[in-house]
Amino acid sequence: MSLWRQISHGLRVLIHPTDADNDLADEVQHYLDQATAESIARGLSPDDARQAARNELGNPVVLRDRVRSHGWEIVTGTLLSDLHYAFRQSRNNPGFSFTAILILALGIGASTAIFSAVNPILFKPLPYPHPERVTMLFEMKDGGSRLPSFGTFHGISERSGPFEAMAAFKAWQPAITGLDQPERLEGQRVGAEFFRALGIVPALGRDFQSPDDQHNGPNVVILSDRMWRRRFNSDPAIIGRKFTLEDSSSQLDVSNVFTVIGVMPRSFENVLAPKAELWAPLQYDRSLPLGGREWGHHLRMVGRLRPGVSRAQAASQLDAFLPTLGQHYAKGFDTAGGTPSGMIVDSMQNSVTQGVRPALLAILGAVILVLVIACVNVTNLLLARGAQRRGEFAMRAALGAQPGRLVRQLLTESLLLATIGGILGLAIAQVGVRALVALSPSELPRLADIRVDSAVFVFALVVTSAVGLLVGLMPALNASRSDPHSSLQQSSRTSAGRQQLVRRSLVVSEVGLALVLLVSAGLLLRTLNRLFAIDPGFDASHLLTMQVQETSNRYARDEARARFFEQALDNVHHLPGVTTAAFTSQLPLSDDYEVYGIEFEAYPHGEEAAFRYAVSPEYLQTMRVPLRRGRLLNENDRAGAPVAVLISESLARRKFHDQDPIGQRVRMGPDMGHADRPWAMIVGVVGDVKQLSLATSQPDAFYTTAPQWAWVDNVQSLVVRTRADAAALAPAARAAIWSVDKDQPIVRVATMENLVAMSEAQRRFALMLFEAFALVGLILAATGIYGVLSGSVTERTREIGVRSALGASRSSILALIVRQGMTLTGIGITIGLLGAFAASQALITLLFGVSRLDPVTYVGVIGLLLTVSAVACWLPAWRAAQVDPAITLRAE
Amino acid sequence: MDEPNTDVIQGTLDLLILKTLSLEPMHGFGIARRVEQISRGVFKVNPGSLLTALQRLERAGWLDSEWRETENSRRAKFYTLTREGKKQLGVETADWTRRASAIARLLKAEV
Repeated sequence: MSLWRQISHGLRVLIHPTDADNDLADEVQHYLDQATAESIARGLSPDDARQAARNELGNPVVLRDRVRSHGWEIVTGTLLSDLHYAFRQSRNNPGFSFTAILILALGIGASTAIFSAVNPILFKPLPYPHPERVTMLFEMKDGGSRLPSFGTFHGISERSGPFEAMAAFKAWQPAITGLDQPERLEGQRVGAEFFRALGIVPALGRDFQSPDDQHNGPNVVILSDRMWRRRFNSDPAIIGRKFTLEDSSSQLDVSNVFTVIGVMPRSFENVLAPKAELWAPLQYDRSLPLGGREWGHHLRMVGRLRPGVSRAQAASQLDAFLPTLGQHYAKGFDTAGGTPSGMIVDSMQNSVTQGVRPALLAILGAVILVLVIACVNVTNLLLARGAQRRGEFAMRAALGAQPGRLVRQLLTESLLLATIGGILGLAIAQVGVRALVALSPSELPRLADIRVDSAVFVFALVVTSAVGLLVGLMPALNASRSDPHSSLQQSSRTSAGRQQLVRRSLVVSEVGLALVLLVSAGLLLRTLNRLFAIDPGFDASHLLTMQVQETSNRYARDEARARFFEQALDNVHHLPGVTTAAFTSQLPLSDDYEVYGIEFEAYPHGEEAAFRYAVSPEYLQTMRVPLRRGRLLNENDRAGAPVAVLISESLARRKFHDQDPIGQRVRMGPDMGHADRPWAMIVGVVGDVKQLSLATSQPDAFYTTAPQWAWVDNVQSLVVRTRADAAALAPAARAAIWSVDKDQPIVRVATMENLVAMSEAQRRFALMLFEAFALVGLILAATGIYGVLSGSVTERTREIGVRSALGASRSSILALIVRQGMTLTGIGITIGLLGAFAASQALITLLFGVSRLDPVTYVGVIGLLLTVSAVACWLPAWRAAQVDPAITLRAE
Repeated sequence: MDEPNTDVIQGTLDLLILKTLSLEPMHGFGIARRVEQISRGVFKVNPGSLLTALQRLERAGWLDSEWRETENSRRAKFYTLTREGKKQLGVETADWTRRASAIARLLKAEV
């Protein structure tokens, strides 16, 4: 009741302000009249009576104000009039408002866009129930970590004490064939408990059960909601439907008809493989046959901790159990590079984001710097504007405006600017987010979640109002502090001086912040230059690559499969423009990662793990990997002949030191530890190749020809050296392979140069953003310097006139102003250097081959800043030098 | 200047207004004079405080107001006590009595 009255009365006053005013005025007048009448009745003269009544009431205007100021509507009322006034102010000065709003919109937009990218990746919990219990497991060995083998997984899962559910999984790319061009699908082969580990239940049908995940088990598949809608028109009777998938990892004699048993809910987000559209059981052999894929380190492992079990507890329980496991499967572990020394239990959140975290945090830091520079710049603009409006403020103060009232007015104005800037900024963020997603490196997790949502909106709102207050506070305080008397006289040198001091320190801070950004960008740029100057170990130019996935139901026997690859290679070879071509089981810098054990006859118990390349004989020539010793592989290294091996020079040096490795004997992969298997012989030593990334030195590798390896890989990469443009050859090469069999999916078509560039996508992404931010910072700092100097030249016109009248030359006046500007820059640079030292510490994980105190970067950046600010100084200085003493002095 | 303090005791203006209006509807000036009269000049009401308080009490729902003709046929804003206002008067009277008697007891004990 009373709240309603509060509101309705207030609204009435707001809507009909004059009615309310009149009402109150009448009441006060009536009071006055009554008091007067009473005094007359007591015998006073009418004049004295009126005076007495006045004395009792005081000034009626003040009285009315006092009564009115008690309602809530009075605050809203002033706010509205402040806003109205602020709008008028900004309309009156469109240039100023436009600049300020644009700068704020850019600052707010950039930081909002970056926040919307960073928030889901780094801060939002994973989209699973109790996400803190979802973990990823890795094997620990020799102080490093590696992917678990199925053997390890199986051993652990048999007694999964600390885990409620755990599953091994790997990527799976089955193809739907028989169409014009085969379509490859993205999927995963997963353990039966995979979805339980994530905590998600299928929306339709059932989850995998352990009978599904048996060796040679049933061909069952669970679809994503997207897949179900896309390919099956949301068929409600989908469960039990069968369809054909050419599946490269299924075994011979196994039907390729898959039965749909479930559909995942629409909301299910698979952060482990965002593009996966279907899932089938892993179906590895639990009897763990030696030499099989069960002992390869190519699986990933997810586990859901039991409630109340910490990750450290889980890890120590597993570690205590590992030695027993190692004894139990001693032979298996021997072929897989040894028993792991421990298990790493990492939170999935961390595991998924750790690769991108440093870059994202650095970018977030950079964008905050940009926002701060933008704020400083707008504060500067407002201060300059405040100086112009000093007369206005003085007038209002003289007319009785309280200092608080002036502050409120100015804050309203700056908040209005910030709000308009913020709205524009949100629009910029919308565009920016889309650009970010398009440009971001593919390893960025949770890309689908990057959008402008309510959290982002709140962020923008908070930033906007904080910016409005920050930006407005200084000019507002400045204006309220100034003395109306001296301001009205329009010649207050002291207050102008203090103003200048504030503005100068702001410019100094802008220069400092810009320097931090520039140094960061410079260090990243140098890093990338260093990285791309690194020799990958092969010649990346004129190389076309593509991955060919032979689907095994057709070519399940090794000979047939080998024949397919041979024929395909032969066809490619005969294409015009092709110099050489070869197949390899793994391709450098393409996310391929396949490591097998190798033991040396000369060093019992000195087995190593190294990258395995099963290649066609011409591979090393095609890649132009240099031969250091011995011979390369050739056509004579065929099935049945003694096995010939090439090893990388680092491996050779580490293992054989000064001895000649040629003629030494080794056993690799599945043959390791089997005395009954023949030895293979090292026939040559080749240069090291960067397999994982340019920055990673992991040079141990061995090469055999494909026919001499234990099996024929069904996924191989084709490398083609071309005479002309490599990319142009792609359609012809694809057609050449499909002319052998049109049902073999070909994926990941890229030039090698492209792969090299993409291998540093994350750093490039960070660099691109840093460059953009640094450029913005530089421009804002330059305009800041320009603005302050222009203002100072205008204020000092008279002084300059006097100076030149007294004989100062133009060049000395020029020097005077430039010196003033450069002093500011110099101080800014000094402060910025300290900031850059600190900031570069945060960048350290992104740097490579460059010290964070790299002198070249620092000197270059300082030079750039000095040049730019010299240009920014030049214009006002030139204007000062043009001052005609006669005119200025006459104007006095 | 040794004039006696005629300020209304802080926090009691509401009570005085409500009590005065409980006798009959009245305009602002009337309330001021009535308080003075009844208190025999001990309290003088400040017009500014009075008008502010009236507005506040009206917003709180304890008073209603309407413009009416006075006995000498002039228009004036008359305030009436609402039902909530009566309730509030009861509450405040009880509260005041309790406190005043406490103070009286204290003073007696002191002497």
